[in-house]
Amino acid sequence: MKTAFVAALAIVAGHAGLAPAPVLAVDTDLARNLAATCANCHGTNGRSLGGMETLAGVDKDRLLAKLREFRSGAKPATIMHQISKGYSEAQLELIAVWFAAQK
Amino acid sequence: MGPCDRRTFLRVAGATGALAALYGCGTASRKASGHVVVVGGGYGGATAAKYLRMWSEGRVDVTLVERNARFVSCPISNLVIVGEKTLADITLGYDGLKRHGVTVVHNEAVAIDADKRSVRLADGDTLRYDRLVLSPGIDFIYDNLPGLADAAAPETVLHAWKAGPQTVALRKQLETMPDGGTYAICIPRSPYRCPPGPYERASLVAWYFRQHKPKSRVLILDANEEVVSKKALFMKVWADAYQGIVEYRPQSELRDVDVAKRTAILEFDRVRAHVLNVVPPQRAGQIAQRAGLINVNQRWCAIDWLSMESTAVKGIHVLGDATFPAPTMPKSGHIANQQGKLAAAAIVNLLAGQPPSDQPLAVNTCYSFVDNRNVIHVASVHAYDAATGTLQPVKGAGGVSASPNEVEGRFALAWAKNIWGDMLC
Repeated sequence: MKTAFVAALAIVAGHAGLAPAPVLAVDTDLARNLAATCANCHGTNGRSLGGMETLAGVDKDRLLAKLREFRSGAKPATIMHQISKGYSEAQLELIAVWFAAQK
Repeated sequence: MGPCDRRTFLRVAGATGALAALYGCGTASRKASGHVVVVGGGYGGATAAKYLRMWSEGRVDVTLVERNARFVSCPISNLVIVGEKTLADITLGYDGLKRHGVTVVHNEAVAIDADKRSVRLADGDTLRYDRLVLSPGIDFIYDNLPGLADAAAPETVLHAWKAGPQTVALRKQLETMPDGGTYAICIPRSPYRCPPGPYERASLVAWYFRQHKPKSRVLILDANEEVVSKKALFMKVWADAYQGIVEYRPQSELRDVDVAKRTAILEFDRVRAHVLNVVPPQRAGQIAQRAGLINVNQRWCAIDWLSMESTAVKGIHVLGDATFPAPTMPKSGHIANQQGKLAAAAIVNLLAGQPPSDQPLAVNTCYSFVDNRNVIHVASVHAYDAATGTLQPVKGAGGVSASPNEVEGRFALAWAKNIWGDMLC
């Protein structure tokens, strides 16, 4: 799990094309914090209380593929096509990794 | 009713334990300690209290000060006004927060001493804090509406803009109104709590009239130049579904109210209604003023968006409708909940001697019912921009519904269930 998390952080830095940032500037809880922006609708830690999809424990690749399809418009949606465009590819990946780890 | 049951809590608690195992090493949660007092148990404060406990893995003590015994939601309250939901449906207790280890004190915060880091309560008790979260919501400004000082006003000319007894009272006024009567709603200048809320209410009352009092009318007296949220969608609903029922008048700022005659006094007109519903102008709740936190337009509290900390007083984090908003950010329950998490994350870091995240992000979603089933939404995503030092709307993200639809009617109710759980379970 920890390896996956560290890898995800590396993806963020790589995607943004940034020089390696000083350790203190990295939000070590970034994945958790980004995932928490989904909780209003999808439940705390992705555990829906009903009427919305549970995200906790969903396979990372499956969730990421779905988020990408929302973002590209390939997958029809009422609202997720608009919300998913607010996140970068790297942020979506962090979110997908984090929810997959919520078993 | 409510989504909080024992099983939900156990699942949440289990997840917290898993988190500790996952990210325990080196993150702020391991090192954070101290006492945070949260004033106000609405969408912002309740969320902050819960997430402070979760994200510090129980290491930060949290006391929530809330004057009401139970939480009553403003979102969904317009469905109570038209008889589609009951007050019980939108009321939740604070037991879920207690199970997270939050100490819940049902009292009123009357004074804050930022130097001594203490909060005085109405009963004389004093609470010391390491950091204070203030989520006081809004108070109404009656300075320019002297007529509302009339003793009969609270029973006669309702706001129903804080869910509770007035929500039920407005429902009764609409029920007893004779068919052929007029319901008028007065909307203050933006910014106010819940931008689409007055238009949702007008639409729902029109729907109720169409079913039960078809000769009655809805009159919207808006102080603004135009409908401030989901304009095209609301205008179309009024023109199509509620033709002959809804009349919309922009630039109709309320100058005063004749309570006895249920009359709205405008600059060039007086409008008598059978049911007069005045949403007054607003500012940050009174405790924010007493604490010296109001520093924008004598109404709102400016904050540092990296930490949600007041720019006026150190050690106090302000959330929700009381804040001076980031560009295009609405005063909504959804945003208050997101801000509660931003504050919780920042405070856990600060209590561990670490800087807050340098990339906060917040999402907003507001669903509005245009009848008992069909709903329209507005959504936006706001990301921190270092150049301007605030959250800016992400270009290309967000938007509104194509048209009112029943699918989003179901999502709106599921949204309520899940956000209530996210703050209180």
